Amino acid sequence: MERRLFYQYCLLLIAVSLVLAGCGGNNKAASTNEATNAPTEAANSGTSAEGEIKVGILHSQSGTMAISEVSVIDAELMAIEEINAAGGVLGKKIVPVLEDGASDWPTFAEKARKLISEDKVATVFGGWTSASRKAMKPVFEELNGLLWYPVQYEGLEASPNIFYTGATTNQQIVPSVSWLLENRGKKFYLLGSDYVFPRTANLIIKEQLKAEGGDLVGEEYTPLGHTDYSTIISKIKEAKPDVVYNTLNGDSNVAFFKQLKDAGITAQDMTTLSVSVAEEEIRGIGVDVLEGHLAAWNYYQTTDTPANKTFVENYKKKYGDDRVTADPIEAGYTAVYLWAAAVEKAGSTDVAKVKEAAKELEWDAPGGKVKIDGETQHIYKTVRIGEVQADGQFKELWNSGEAVMPDPYLKGYDWAASIQPTE
Amino acid sequence: MQLKPFTTQRIWILIGYAAAAAALFSAPLFVSDFRLNLLAKFLAFAIVALGLDLIWGYTGILSLGHGIFFGLGAYAMAMYLKLEASGGRPPDFMGWSGLKELPLFWKPFEYFGFAVAMGIIIPALLALVLGYFTFRNRIRGVYFTILTQAIVIITTTLLIGQQAYTGGTNGVTGYSTLLGFPLASPDTKRVLYWVTVAALIGIFVFCRFVIGSRFGKVLRAIRDGENRIRFIGYNPAVYQMVIFTISAGIAGIAGMLFVLHVGIISPSMLGIVPSIEMVLWVAIGGRGTLIGAALGAILMNWAKSEFSTAYPEGWLFFMGLLFVVVVVFMPKGVAGLVSQLKVRKKRREPKNEGVRNPAV
Repeated sequence: MERRLFYQYCLLLIAVSLVLAGCGGNNKAASTNEATNAPTEAANSGTSAEGEIKVGILHSQSGTMAISEVSVIDAELMAIEEINAAGGVLGKKIVPVLEDGASDWPTFAEKARKLISEDKVATVFGGWTSASRKAMKPVFEELNGLLWYPVQYEGLEASPNIFYTGATTNQQIVPSVSWLLENRGKKFYLLGSDYVFPRTANLIIKEQLKAEGGDLVGEEYTPLGHTDYSTIISKIKEAKPDVVYNTLNGDSNVAFFKQLKDAGITAQDMTTLSVSVAEEEIRGIGVDVLEGHLAAWNYYQTTDTPANKTFVENYKKKYGDDRVTADPIEAGYTAVYLWAAAVEKAGSTDVAKVKEAAKELEWDAPGGKVKIDGETQHIYKTVRIGEVQADGQFKELWNSGEAVMPDPYLKGYDWAASIQPTE
Repeated sequence: MQLKPFTTQRIWILIGYAAAAAALFSAPLFVSDFRLNLLAKFLAFAIVALGLDLIWGYTGILSLGHGIFFGLGAYAMAMYLKLEASGGRPPDFMGWSGLKELPLFWKPFEYFGFAVAMGIIIPALLALVLGYFTFRNRIRGVYFTILTQAIVIITTTLLIGQQAYTGGTNGVTGYSTLLGFPLASPDTKRVLYWVTVAALIGIFVFCRFVIGSRFGKVLRAIRDGENRIRFIGYNPAVYQMVIFTISAGIAGIAGMLFVLHVGIISPSMLGIVPSIEMVLWVAIGGRGTLIGAALGAILMNWAKSEFSTAYPEGWLFFMGLLFVVVVVFMPKGVAGLVSQLKVRKKRREPKNEGVRNPAV
């Protein structure tokens, strides 16, 4: 009797897990299109079949970073689909292999290793946080893989095995500080989450303020996920800065901007400029609190280029009208096209040949014309400062006119000498 | 450790262990470099699980802070590797954090022997101090567990905040060589794998010895009735402190091996979630049995790796399902399954082995 019960449980269990497995498969197909079902099969067959080129997509699909990174995956899959629809690269179809970095840095390293050595992918598009990139970097260098990293970051890095399609500091932070000094005032208050990007960014900003005649009136860091800003807001009130330079990340932005509004400080009273608040974050934080505040990026959904018009249209058509595009999404999309163009030019997916072909490669990205800098493997990008409008979109207040040459080590700035690595 | 007579069952168990050890040692012949690297990582986790089982399964102390001990060991090794990679100069992250000189406490980590010693001593010492202030004051059960969580938060906040000295959230990564041998070469990896297997077996035997000794009996007595043992004339605090320290040292060793295989350590790996995960491995594998704890760590991590590859979007549901299945159908974990089935067969009362009085 008892044993029969046990077997019944087991049967029930198997049934439940089968149903779940089915659901898992369906979800995947529904959310990221049919192309994603292929990779597991392709991965099992070992080397890529004739007429196919496997590429890895390695972002967080679970954990705290998933909310940001999933949109980048969508953009990359869309680019792959578009390229495939236009005949693929070298006449072959691109097959994406998806892996979950799970917002966990060693997992990123493990999955990167798996993609290169087990799946033998031609290249990997992935990463968001600096920590995930730093974790993957030694793996790509060791196995001579190729990584395309799509997010703005703190610079001071140029790996021979990574292409950086997001902005480095001289394409986002440095020009925005100069612009603020000219247009909004000299007194700066630096507020950031406590991790590597804000700390390094602020180190650079402090040097720049010294050199360009700005004043630092305060500097604060809060742990990631911190939500109580009343103390900091009173400090800000006391310090009376002209500008709050905001490098907060994630949920903290919601709390900070809400409490800032509750404290009666509006964008008219004091300028804030954020470097981690894009269209997607505006949706999360709420337009009413953010209206009038500034951000510095290289791309907005409203950026007026012919390429962007089709990009936004296609993205919305594919993923829904309520979705928005943003800087990292555009950078992920751009990365796929740049890689495909380099492969086409090289006539091969061999890493060394692709790198060689990628040098000085140009492409009309949604955010404007981009060009790969052969030396640093970063890309030339146009800097744009935008103001949040009532519809949750940005109005561009200023742009750099032409694409700015990437300078990850800030070699072109005398005041940055103390930040550059000693080696 | 008293010698037990060699019954047939015991001989079979010994043969089983020998076969498992032989399989582990010969694994490089059968699996790819990537799989071997994964396996090595799982074995490092199995070592932490052994240490955790000593205190949780056998002494009834639930620590949700073993991530720190693991992490401190890992950081000690990482500091050595980082200095070797930078040739004794300040590592890259110090540069971009505005530090030009190598801090004093980093300097001795240039020496491999010092780093290894510190990888065991620092976690053990921290555990001893923590144990001294808690066990002596008869803080136990949930209160102790909450304290360990607090220590986790303090340590991770400190590591993140002191970016110039610790690498902040990025942690320490980007190594090149170990004692002059390139870490990237398959040969080095194979040797490191064997070192890990040897460490796992060595620590397993050591734990068996500890449990089998009179000391181990007192530990179990503390678990099952702390007040009684006090009335008999033992001071449980001393035993708890010692075993907690040993357990922390074992976690430190595991951490050092982890860094060698994975090539990165960051504060997120010694946070609350990893600390709880470690306890879950022991729970799933079967606490109160060493082999269960080790198997639990290996199985859980293997499942995580496989599920996340097969279903990058839904793998967490499968892990959740696995937890539910084990908790509902195997209260004694995977290792308890054998005895559980036997009991069903014989329809007798469960034997009084394993955990009788759950501590928490």
